[in-house]
This record gives sequence, C-alpha cells and structure tokens, in this order.
Amino acid sequence: MAEIERDKLLDIYTRTMKVNRTDEKFRELLMQGKVAVMYYCVRGQELVSAAAMAALDDDDYVVCTYRGQGEQTAKGIPIKKWWGECLGKATGTCKGKGGTMHITDPDTGIMVTTGVVGSGIPIANGLAMASQNNGDGRVTLVSFGDGAANIGGFHEAMNMAQLYKLPVVFLCQNNRYGEHTAYADHTDSPDISSRAEGYGMKGIKVDGNDVNQVYPAMQEAVDHARSGKGPVLVEAMCYRMMGHFFGSDFSYMPEEHIAEMKSEDPLPKLRKVMLERQFTEEELDKIVADIDAEIEEAVQHALDAPLPDTDEIYKDVLEETA
Amino acid sequence: MGKITMTQALNLAIDEAMAEDDGVFCLGEDVSAKQGGGVFKVTSGLTEKYGEHRIRATPISETAIIGAAVGAALAGQRPIAEIMLMNFVGVCMDQIVNHAAKLRFMSGGQTPCPIVIRTTTGVGVGFGGQHSDMLEAWFAHVAGMHVVTPSNAADARGLMRSAIDANDPVIFIENILCYGLESEDPGEGYRVPLGKAAVAREGTDLSLITYGRTVLDALEVAGELEKEGISVEVIDLRTIAPYDEETVLASVNKTGRALTLHEAVRPFGVGAEIAANIQEKCWDKLKGPVRRIGGTFSAVPFASHLEQAWIPQKSDIAGQIKASVGKS
Repeated sequence: MAEIERDKLLDIYTRTMKVNRTDEKFRELLMQGKVAVMYYCVRGQELVSAAAMAALDDDDYVVCTYRGQGEQTAKGIPIKKWWGECLGKATGTCKGKGGTMHITDPDTGIMVTTGVVGSGIPIANGLAMASQNNGDGRVTLVSFGDGAANIGGFHEAMNMAQLYKLPVVFLCQNNRYGEHTAYADHTDSPDISSRAEGYGMKGIKVDGNDVNQVYPAMQEAVDHARSGKGPVLVEAMCYRMMGHFFGSDFSYMPEEHIAEMKSEDPLPKLRKVMLERQFTEEELDKIVADIDAEIEEAVQHALDAPLPDTDEIYKDVLEETA
Repeated sequence: MGKITMTQALNLAIDEAMAEDDGVFCLGEDVSAKQGGGVFKVTSGLTEKYGEHRIRATPISETAIIGAAVGAALAGQRPIAEIMLMNFVGVCMDQIVNHAAKLRFMSGGQTPCPIVIRTTTGVGVGFGGQHSDMLEAWFAHVAGMHVVTPSNAADARGLMRSAIDANDPVIFIENILCYGLESEDPGEGYRVPLGKAAVAREGTDLSLITYGRTVLDALEVAGELEKEGISVEVIDLRTIAPYDEETVLASVNKTGRALTLHEAVRPFGVGAEIAANIQEKCWDKLKGPVRRIGGTFSAVPFASHLEQAWIPQKSDIAGQIKASVGKS
C-alpha cells in the first residue's frame, strides 16, 4: 500500500486533533457544570471520522448521528456556530432548535444529523440519488455505529443503494457497543462488512485505529463510489472509550475490554506515525495549541451568545411560518 | 376541454410538473413502465417521457423509499414518493414523522423537505384490515406537514400541482373509489391552493364538514334532505391539515349547527379536532352540540356486508342532521 502523502497525513492529524480537543473541551465544560446538555463522547473514534472526512471533497455530503461531533468538526463546520448550537444559542447552526443531536450545516455538507439510530442510512441514499440525477459528481458518506446495522432501514438502504449503484459510502464505525450492549450480545456474525456481499456490494473491514489502514480504505471507498461503480460498506473497527453519553455509566464494559481499548488508542499511535514521518514534536504541539485557542474563543463566544427568542418555537414549522 | 378521471388528473399534474422542473421525480413500488406505471396507473406513460431515473421503480422497502425522498429533498430536488397503500406507512413512520416533518424546524429553516408522499386507501373495496385504513389523523397530529385529499378529479389535478410546488412535505391521500370519478378538465397549470376548503354545496341549516370520498355521500344526503326542507352546507376541506379554519368557522357561524364526517374511525379523529375548535370559537352561535360521524372503531372487516356496515351510513348522516335541526 502506498504511503500516505505527507500533506495529507498532516491534514488527517489536524482534523483528528480538532475532533479530540473539541471532545476534551466538551467534557471539561460538562464536568465543571458550565454547560448541561446531552453530549455523546467520541473519544477513541477521532481518527475514523478524520480519515473519512479527509477522503471527501469539500462539497461532498455527510449524514451523521448524535455521536457526530467527529464528522462535523473534521468536515470543517464553523466551530463558533457549532458550539452555539450545542449550547442552545441563537448563534448556533440551527438557531438553537436542533441541538447536539441535530446539527445541520449544508454549507459544509453536514446535511442531517439524526438522533434515531440507523435513520440516516436511507436518507444518505436520497442525497446520492440527487447527485446521480443531476450529475454533480458528489459522494455522500453516512456514518453510523454497529448497533445501527441491525435496524431494518439498514437492510432496505443497502439493497437499494446497490440496485441503483448510488455514489454513497456507508461507514460503520464499529465501536463494539450498541448503546450499553456489547457487539457479541447483539450480533452473532463476526463482522458487519461481510453483509455487503449479500447485497452484491463492495465491503471493506479495516482497523480504524491505524491511520495507514483507515485512510487508504476510506479513499478507496470514496473513489469507488465517485467513479459510478456503486456504494461501499466500510467497517472501521474502533473503540468507544467513554459511556454511551457523557456521564452515563459504563461499568458494563469488562476490564479486559477497557485494557484492550487503551492499548489500541488511536491518538498515541497517530502521534508515533507522525514522528516517524519526520514531523517534530513542536510542530504537532503547535497544531494542538492553535486548535485549543480557536476552541476557547468559540466556547466563550457561545457562552456569551444570546438565547433564541421564545417565538422561535412558532417559526420554521412550515414555509408559511418561516 | 372534456372530461378527465382522477387517475388522469393526477397523471397530468405530475407530468406537467416533471416537464417544467428537472428536479421533480417519482419513486415507489411498481411505478415505472416495466411494472405497468403503478398499480393504479397514476404514473403510466411517464417513464417513456422522462426515463427510469425520474420514474424510479423501487424494491418493496418503504423506509428506503421515504428516506431516499428525504435525502433528495435536502439536496434540492422535489421527489414524489409513492407508498402503495396507506397502511404501509407503518413501515416508514420514522422517516416521515421524525425526519421529513421536522427537518425544516430542527435545522432552523436551513433544510426544508419538499416531498409529496402519494398514498392510496379506502373502505369498500374488499381489501380487509391492512389495506383500507384512513390514517390522516396520525399525520395531522404532527407539526410540519400538509395533509391533502381530493374528492374529485379537478381538485386532484389542482391539489397535486400545489403539493409539488410546496416547500414542505405533503401527505397526498387518494381514495381508491375516487380514481374513476370524472370532472371537467380544469386545464394545464391549474392549481388548488393548499389550506383552502371548498363550499361544495351552500346551505343555511347545518354545516356538514368532510373530505375525500365521503364528500360524495354528504352531497347525496344534502340533496335528499333539501326535499324535506333542510338546507345543508357541505364543506369539502380538501386540505385536512392545516385546515381552512376560516371557511369552516364562517360556515358554522352562519348555520349554527355542525356535523363532521369522515371514513376514518371516530375516536381521536380529525372530526374531533374540528368539533372542539368549533365549540371554542363559535359557542355563541351554536344552536346545539357539534356532532361527529366516523367509521366503526374496529379493524376494517373483509366480508362485503360487514365492510358496508362498517362505513358511515348515509342513513346515519341523514339521521344526525335531522336530529341536529330538530326534525327527527
């Protein structure tokens, strides 16, 4: 496999750290009691999101889930608006009416973030269908977890996407837990990606903690979809290093599982690759420091921002109420 | 201009919208030429004109159909999705209720969802319990959608054009027994605005508020009662939600009496909502309680005589009107 180009590697590192620093900051604010909202931590899955977004073009479409911070920030959503939305402020992407589970920002291609497990998968087909209809060359990527692979819409959407050869990438971030239920307790087959074969679709299973594996896999999937050959199901193996949502108990995770995920943490591994590729500690630290500064400013902006007007509850219901 | 059936009316409306806007396309089970242009032939002849990409025959996958329509709408297209029979919406309610209806609001107005969801249903065809229900109240209870049903071919043509124009989801209910109804063709580009009821017959003693197939029953009963000196005003809502409150209240303020009528079951139905609203807003003008007629509160039965007994009876409509005006 060809080595990832140095510029691209730096791009992936930057996106990964954006995701991670955002996650760290969010948990800090929640711990301090400065904000009190639902937040679905992405610790452990930063690299998968970053690699996937780095494989897309700027105008490609993304559909994500309530655990979508990774895709959103790695795709380049304006972070002041992102924090504004997460804090329920008028300055948010959705004027504070969507929230952490429903971030939408069409300008960066974040078309829908769904709070219903698996619901984004059929919607991704529609975005891809529009691209196929009008020939705009876009790819749609939809991210979801292993739990979503067992919802009926997954099956319906996989079959339909392959039937029409839609330009869509189905990214299953297999973090080994569907809410509180371990993979082995919700699925008997060893992997999700092998289901692709049943639809006549291309399937790829990849280690989501290794940049040298996950990025080329994402690139291959995106290229395949864009070329008109049809959809791809990518299963990126990763770990959800926190509970289902911030503050939720995860004592149900066995000690061996926790030890395993710590040893597989994608961040130290990525750092090691970066150093091997002759990036310096200083360079990498500077990137993180710049991200932190940007996040600090965005958080403060969101904390200071006005609340949405109460009459927003009557607006945007139908066009007539816009 | 000549006469057209409701099937032709719908086909013409879709055809002219597709001709005007490349973003309009149809998807659903059996809709393309290979399958005969839809089980009720509404999309007949369109594949030949617009190709299989714009008349997409789908697998039997209601969630994938509506999901795809939602996604395409987010990307700026105007899909017309067909759910072959209304009971099948049970398969895809999440996509309709949690996504299509809410995405405009939840995105702060960034992603409107202009979809027409065409669906067929109706009691009296012998289809039994899972192919006959009128489920409009389910959708009327959700903010963010229009719910529409025509009672005649001309309205079908005009409502379909307006539904395709709309920048929000529209549940478009077609009653199986109305497909063959004929009207004078209102012509190309004809539109009936959403949210606007029709006074199907003027009257002074009672307002009979209904929609869809039961408009026919209402008009028949009103015609009969005229001979007995009872003047019934028939309101055809055409858009069930959000409905034309102005027309309904003006009629009841004039007549002082109201009866709601629908094929859907009575409890928690559209008639209950309208009746409650009338009692709040026309109390001073009302000469008696607002009455309601709906289908029997059970599954739609199969055997023909049971099914006929299940449907709101014309004799019951007449009886309720007479009781209301004090002539029973």
